[in-house]
Amino acid sequence: MDNKKANQDWLYTISPKNSAINLNFKEIWYYRDLLLLFVKRDVITLYKQTILGPLWYFIQPLFTSIIFTLVFNTIADIKTGAGVPPFLFNLAGISAWNYFSACLNGTSDTFKQNQGIFGKVYFPRVIMPMATVLSNLIKFGIQLLVFVSFYIYFVFFTDIAYNTSPSIYIIWLPLVVIIMALMGLGFGMMISSMTTKYRDLSFLVGFGVQLLMYGSAVMYPVSLIQDKVQLGELPIWVGNVIEYNPMTTVIEMFRFMMLNVGSFSFIKLIYATTISVIVFLLGLIVFNRTERRFIDTV
Amino acid sequence: MSDIILKAENISKQYRLGLVGTGTISHDLNRWWHKIRGKEDPYLKIGDVNDRSTKGTSDYVWALQDINFEVKQGEVLGIIGKNGAGKSTLLKILSKVTSPTTGEIKTRGRIASLLEVGTGFHGEMTGRENIYLNGAILGMTKKEIASKIDAIIDFSGCERYIDTPVKRYSSGMTVRLAFAVAAFLEPEILVIDEVLAVGDAEFQKKAIGKMQDISKGEGRTVLFVSHNMAAVQDLCSRIIILESGKLIFEGNVNIGISKYLNQNNVSKGFVDFKKVNNIKSASFSHFEITNQKGEITSKFKSGEPITFKTMVSVKHLIRNPVFSLRISDLNNVNIITWRSNDFKKEPLPKMQKNNFEVTITTKTLYLLNGIYNISIGLADGKEVLDSEIKFEKFEIFPSKPNDEFHSITKEKSTNSLIYSAAIWNVYEK
Repeated sequence: MDNKKANQDWLYTISPKNSAINLNFKEIWYYRDLLLLFVKRDVITLYKQTILGPLWYFIQPLFTSIIFTLVFNTIADIKTGAGVPPFLFNLAGISAWNYFSACLNGTSDTFKQNQGIFGKVYFPRVIMPMATVLSNLIKFGIQLLVFVSFYIYFVFFTDIAYNTSPSIYIIWLPLVVIIMALMGLGFGMMISSMTTKYRDLSFLVGFGVQLLMYGSAVMYPVSLIQDKVQLGELPIWVGNVIEYNPMTTVIEMFRFMMLNVGSFSFIKLIYATTISVIVFLLGLIVFNRTERRFIDTV
Repeated sequence: MSDIILKAENISKQYRLGLVGTGTISHDLNRWWHKIRGKEDPYLKIGDVNDRSTKGTSDYVWALQDINFEVKQGEVLGIIGKNGAGKSTLLKILSKVTSPTTGEIKTRGRIASLLEVGTGFHGEMTGRENIYLNGAILGMTKKEIASKIDAIIDFSGCERYIDTPVKRYSSGMTVRLAFAVAAFLEPEILVIDEVLAVGDAEFQKKAIGKMQDISKGEGRTVLFVSHNMAAVQDLCSRIIILESGKLIFEGNVNIGISKYLNQNNVSKGFVDFKKVNNIKSASFSHFEITNQKGEITSKFKSGEPITFKTMVSVKHLIRNPVFSLRISDLNNVNIITWRSNDFKKEPLPKMQKNNFEVTITTKTLYLLNGIYNISIGLADGKEVLDSEIKFEKFEIFPSKPNDEFHSITKEKSTNSLIYSAAIWNVYEK
């Protein structure tokens, strides 16, 4: 009897067994300051000892958009729709895509990057990828500002953007951002968990993300693919891969909200949301399973 | 019962040796196959005792095996053991960094660990920013840190550099800062591993003092791992010794430390130096310790005359031979050194090519009970010809009640090493 009572007194027990979903939200809440400090660390240390500093936030998407516009729109002659400047079209796609890929790349080597600190102290490991996603959100916000300034320039100071206007669906923007974050985080956590023991996946991530970009309608509208499939110029399965790739949906919707090009459907939004939640939960489970043992295998 | 704050039950930890690579996937599959059939993990059964120096038969080793111990509230528990004995593995399990293979640890308090230096410090951030980050990593909230930041900076002694990036710090300063943050943590249980090794003497003293405050003054529990026996002796109220993953001792600090330092080499009272070196112009070949009756032994009573005898083979002429004999304690603190030319004694005669026997007998050496090391050396003038350092131990043991020095040596209440007669006087004025 006495023994039983004494057992209940223990604050917690460290034991080998661990259930699959053991996400201790109370603990994460307790470490919320750490989360914010990691975000702060990521933001302030990224461009330390660089001359241009945070300007790099602007330069990256800007130059990529210029190159994309040159290659895909001027040379390859992809039509982005009448009255929509290709540059804005690309900048919108790249900004959104960058956020997803930064989340994925940033979280996919969580365990490898932080094995030093993870090997020394305990805190909920999931704080690390969460911090990556949040600090990238700040970067995304800045890039969105860049986009908005170019938007204003094109709409008010040129006459090529006569058909460009934000759509009413822009109220769904936060959801789209969350979908991107969840998806990047989910895949990132899965990959980081799997690479602790077998490093093969980490080789895949680098170019895999780049390849995925071409399959996610970043530099072309989905309607173009649909047309090509109908004309028989493109195999149907390729069309399906692009069409049902949840990132395509996200990019397409993002552009629709910002520029009013492309299409919007709630079914697709629900589809993308569901996929992202599943990916996120799956990532969380895998991550949690790895968390306890990874330090022995990394 | 209620004051036991932490309890380890049958803790074991298994590691796989060798490369993690192609071989592991087959083991993983096999393990998984056993698991879905509801059988036991086939690799848990095999596994050698973790002895780093011998070749094992299995790819799996037990870094820890069946560790059981309890820690009471407010206790400073020292954990000592050789490299690879499992100390750090134990601490890693305690601080939840890795989980045990079997067994469990129950605790009544939050555990925070200070393992090695500057964990989580980011070189590009200033000292102040790092204090916040490090504090948060160790489990403090921002508010807590903000309320203590002045004390932390003051304790670290890095005030001048506090707004400079940590990458410009010296390693000692980094340790100071790291320790300062941890010292102001308020977990019920603090785990400390080897941090004191880097700070300077002044800071080490400060750190030890702070840890004593933490445990004695504030009633918090500390688990302390170190190779610095003096620090362990100073700080800990109890120790456990790990050897090859097993707990071999639990209890009193002084007994434990002498047991640990004495592992594997029981003194016989004589040594033959096998490697007689032909290149050197002289080398020691034999050494023994004898008591008054001429018996070879390594146990003496305090104050009892000890004769140290050594054989030297000399190959070339030594013009100005100087012998020395040093006695040090197990922490390698030098207690006394005799040189044959001390205090302008008559120099020893020249030594021709031959074998010699050299003896030195103590007259009034009142060492208190404990174990002591002997070192000997031979020089020609200032040029060292041969030396043997810490090669042999002897023990001064408590004397019987009717012995002369019984009142001093029966219980070593202080940490002092020698006794010397002195007269106390107290006058009322």
